[in-house]
Amino acid sequence: MDAILELRRVSKQFPGHRAVHDVSLAIPGGAFFSLLGPSGCGKTTTLRLVAGFETPTAGEIWLNGQRIDQVPPYQRNVNTVFQNYALFPHLTVQGNVEFGLRRTGAADMETRVRRVIEQVRLSGKESRKPSELSGGERQRVALARSLVLAPDVLLLDEPLSALDPQLRKQVRSELKELQRRTGVTFLFVTHDQEEALSLSDQMAVMNGGAIEQTGAPQELYQRPSTRFVASFLGAMNWINGCGVRPEATRLSRQLPQNAVLSRRGAVSRSTFLGSHLHIEVMLEGGEAVVAQTAPGDSAFERGEAVHVWWSADDELRLP
Amino acid sequence: MRPLRSWFIAPSIVLMAATLAIPLAIICVYSVLTRGAYGGVEWPWTFENYSRLLDTLYGAIFARSFGIAAVATALCLVLGFPLALFIARSGSRKNLYLSLVILPFWTSFLIRTYAWMFLLRDTGLINTLLQALGLIRQPLPMLYNNGAVILGLVYGYLPFAVLPLYATVERLDPSLLEAAADLGARPITALARVTIPLSAPGIRAAAMLVFVPCLGTYLTSDLLGGSKTILIGNLVQNQFTASRDWPFGAAVSILLIAIAMALMLAARRHGPDLV
Repeated sequence: MDAILELRRVSKQFPGHRAVHDVSLAIPGGAFFSLLGPSGCGKTTTLRLVAGFETPTAGEIWLNGQRIDQVPPYQRNVNTVFQNYALFPHLTVQGNVEFGLRRTGAADMETRVRRVIEQVRLSGKESRKPSELSGGERQRVALARSLVLAPDVLLLDEPLSALDPQLRKQVRSELKELQRRTGVTFLFVTHDQEEALSLSDQMAVMNGGAIEQTGAPQELYQRPSTRFVASFLGAMNWINGCGVRPEATRLSRQLPQNAVLSRRGAVSRSTFLGSHLHIEVMLEGGEAVVAQTAPGDSAFERGEAVHVWWSADDELRLP
Repeated sequence: MRPLRSWFIAPSIVLMAATLAIPLAIICVYSVLTRGAYGGVEWPWTFENYSRLLDTLYGAIFARSFGIAAVATALCLVLGFPLALFIARSGSRKNLYLSLVILPFWTSFLIRTYAWMFLLRDTGLINTLLQALGLIRQPLPMLYNNGAVILGLVYGYLPFAVLPLYATVERLDPSLLEAAADLGARPITALARVTIPLSAPGIRAAAMLVFVPCLGTYLTSDLLGGSKTILIGNLVQNQFTASRDWPFGAAVSILLIAIAMALMLAARRHGPDLV
């Protein structure tokens, strides 16, 4: 797959603040690509650089074989779904979706608008104003307004964060489905690792304005290349300087024969979470670790002495 | 709490009643009475003062007043809108620029209008300068015409347009303009399709705050306008002074007030407003 969007050593310096530092990315056409990182890591600035709301202080941005980093936003064939959706409050659903098409004067405007409104399941609500819609519907208007222009890349800035948690999971799967059906390349910015892991074909983890690691979600989870990626993607126990995931951390009263790597500790808390037990153990060296066990496994009392053990294959050695 | 609160607003109510409601009622009564020989009013009551307004002479004065007020309002909006946008987007200097907009209020309107006379008259600063530079031989007729009145009105009422316009454009969500650009709108298109429509309440308020006083202006047209530029305000003044026809002057005033109120109600009907 060829990259449809490429960032080459892009940096963005604000007065007294380095927001993005030497970021290189190649996003394959048709992919669902996520930029994941904590707030302030530079992921939104990266997205705004691609949209054209900011100009890089160094580096190049290429879209579809053309350099676009100095092109104004209204001439770039990328569209943005804003975090607060930024729908035009004085226009109806129809008016919002038509906004970008009226400029192009597309002859088949009506058909295109109707089709995209159907795609996002807003038929019958064309004459509503944004203030008369629910949060989920507003988000779908924002998607429709962008998708109707058939962008080379759709940029999504934390589009799920404004929704309530129950709706979020449902919309998440709809978003993935929409991306698959339309075939549009999605560049998705989020601070939620679960969203990034479940949605992405490819993802990049950002920290402090720079990219820590890029790859498929499973690859990043199983083979993180930095301590930051390891801790940010799911929980991680740090034992003897190595990382061990909670689901790979075992507990037992007697040390099994095959256990090569183990430490002694005492249970400090056990929490039942339905699908699994979450057990916190204080090791003799003073480190706190977490083990995730099936509810059917033996239960441990608070304060009970246990052996914590793991297999060498599950151990992550990171710089 | 309630009785106390009504005590606090009592002075305002008394003031408004004494200086607005009662005089207005008196003018209403005057407008249906007969003129006295040396001014003042006499019995019997009559509607003749209103029927006289149908005369084409007065129709022309009303039409001219409307025309001049409309042009002045349009110019205030056209000049005020970019200024309001500029101030709203100038970050930490907003307050400085806003205080500059209201700076002229520190001097009396009368004195500022006189200053325009000194600038515009035949022997004024502008004509003298242009003649000294040899650019013109005869002085340009810049004073005592409709243009001078419109200039004076725009100058005087521009701050009244800028302030409500600023209040609306300052609250516009900047991400809406980013969204417009993102969807392919050039800055000028975004202005026409996003900024201006969303500023409609401020534009209506600005238009009202400029148009209504311009319609009733008398000082500006008296000082800067020629003998031909008689506006409604001057007509009212003449009736109470030179013509000694108080009832007719009262009738003109009542009609002017009625028109202004009708306009404000019409503007309010079109949506939420600032005035």
